Amino acid sequence: MSSNHTCQPERLVTLKLKIWRQENKNAKGHFDEFNQKVSPDSSILEMLDEVNNKLEAEGKTPIAFESDCREGICGTCGLAVNGHPHGPLPKIATCQLHMRNFKDGETLYIEPFRAAAFPVIKDLIIDRTGFDKIQQAGGYTSFNTGSAPDASAILISKKSADLSLDAAECIGCGACVAACKNSSAMLFVSAKVSQFALLPQGQPERYDRVQAMVKVMDENAFGSCTNTYACEAECPKGISVSNIARMNRDYFMAKLVNEKVEV
Amino acid sequence: MRWFTDFTNSSLGKKFIMALTGILLMMFLIVHFIGNMMLYFGPAAFQKYVETLEVVKPLVRVIEIILALIFIFHIYNGVRLWWINKKANPEKYAVDASRENSDVFSRSMAITGSIIFIFLAVHLSTFWYSFNFGTHPETEYPFYTIVSDWFRIPYYSIIYIISMGFLGFHLNHAFQSAFQTFGLNHKKYTPLIKIVGTIFALIMALGFASIPIYFLMGGK
Repeated sequence: MSSNHTCQPERLVTLKLKIWRQENKNAKGHFDEFNQKVSPDSSILEMLDEVNNKLEAEGKTPIAFESDCREGICGTCGLAVNGHPHGPLPKIATCQLHMRNFKDGETLYIEPFRAAAFPVIKDLIIDRTGFDKIQQAGGYTSFNTGSAPDASAILISKKSADLSLDAAECIGCGACVAACKNSSAMLFVSAKVSQFALLPQGQPERYDRVQAMVKVMDENAFGSCTNTYACEAECPKGISVSNIARMNRDYFMAKLVNEKVEV
Repeated sequence: MRWFTDFTNSSLGKKFIMALTGILLMMFLIVHFIGNMMLYFGPAAFQKYVETLEVVKPLVRVIEIILALIFIFHIYNGVRLWWINKKANPEKYAVDASRENSDVFSRSMAITGSIIFIFLAVHLSTFWYSFNFGTHPETEYPFYTIVSDWFRIPYYSIIYIISMGFLGFHLNHAFQSAFQTFGLNHKKYTPLIKIVGTIFALIMALGFASIPIYFLMGGK
């Protein structure tokens, strides 16, 4: 820093915030309005922190919202901003959405992810247990992988490994469900199915896995896929809908070739 | 049979039936389209074409029953999916951003499908009924006369032309969506499938609509 550097006062952005407030799962929700001056470098979560500081100082109940890593890898911070899960910018999580992307005077509707499968717990916090149940049904390999084998012991093509890791990028945030007009979880489930289906270690349970996960998905109030591809457009990790095609393929194959069937 | 009912009741199974019946209906549309184009070869050619079908009437009846079953499955599954999907997403966002993340064709399948269903009811109760059970006009080429008489009624023709627009809308998404549902998505051919689907939808919509337009414009 040069010694004659003069510190300019930071230019703040004034936003009109309409934030969803809801006491609990069964209560009726509504939008609370706030006029907030905020630093353009602030993330949307930091802005909510500031709003909450003010609310607490006034003795009011702060806005309940979730966050954890705040660097776009944990998938905790799901909010819908102006109808877009994780905000209007592509391939970022809510925590990576900065206020410099909004114009002075703009109105922001901040809502929880909307889906029957994700009931609101309080304000902006939703219950994503449905995803956990799907994962518990098959989002793993049920054997110990042991210590690292020789690199050449199990051959995996670079292409397969790349596609598997692309699918494994899914952070399970639920934006796909939130973006879908049918609240379908197909992008999430297909990513979880694909990451194993593309690797040799996933083969022994490949067809059982896809059937088990789809079954639990259907049992948990998620809708069906209309191939609008809104999920792919809103996914913070850019998970491809080609995973959904792979899941469909595996599911149909499973119904045809899987040895373990109830007749 | 548990495995089969499990499959047809699963979300993916329902989608599979939607896609399969949809593709079969598209094949029927192509056949129907070729038949309609006979109108452009003149009244005699059209009369000959319909009379040829009359010869194989029992076979036509069997195909009609199969076709009706395909339609019923497609509609029944469509309604079921619509209902499940509606229940899965009861609350909408304050700002509708769907225009920015998806296209109108994919979002309006239930609406365009319903309109096509209404059209189908009108179509069957007029043309299909007239051809099969109505009293044929005393002209040299009665089947051609039936067509030209109906399409000279402006409101009737306009219903057809608008309906064909919706059919095009429905088909544009339906074609590529069916491939995705079957699990056929690949960088190699998916862009081509989308283009072919749009061309198919355009040909069907414009081709079918051209007939009422032809008669409205004074075609003989």
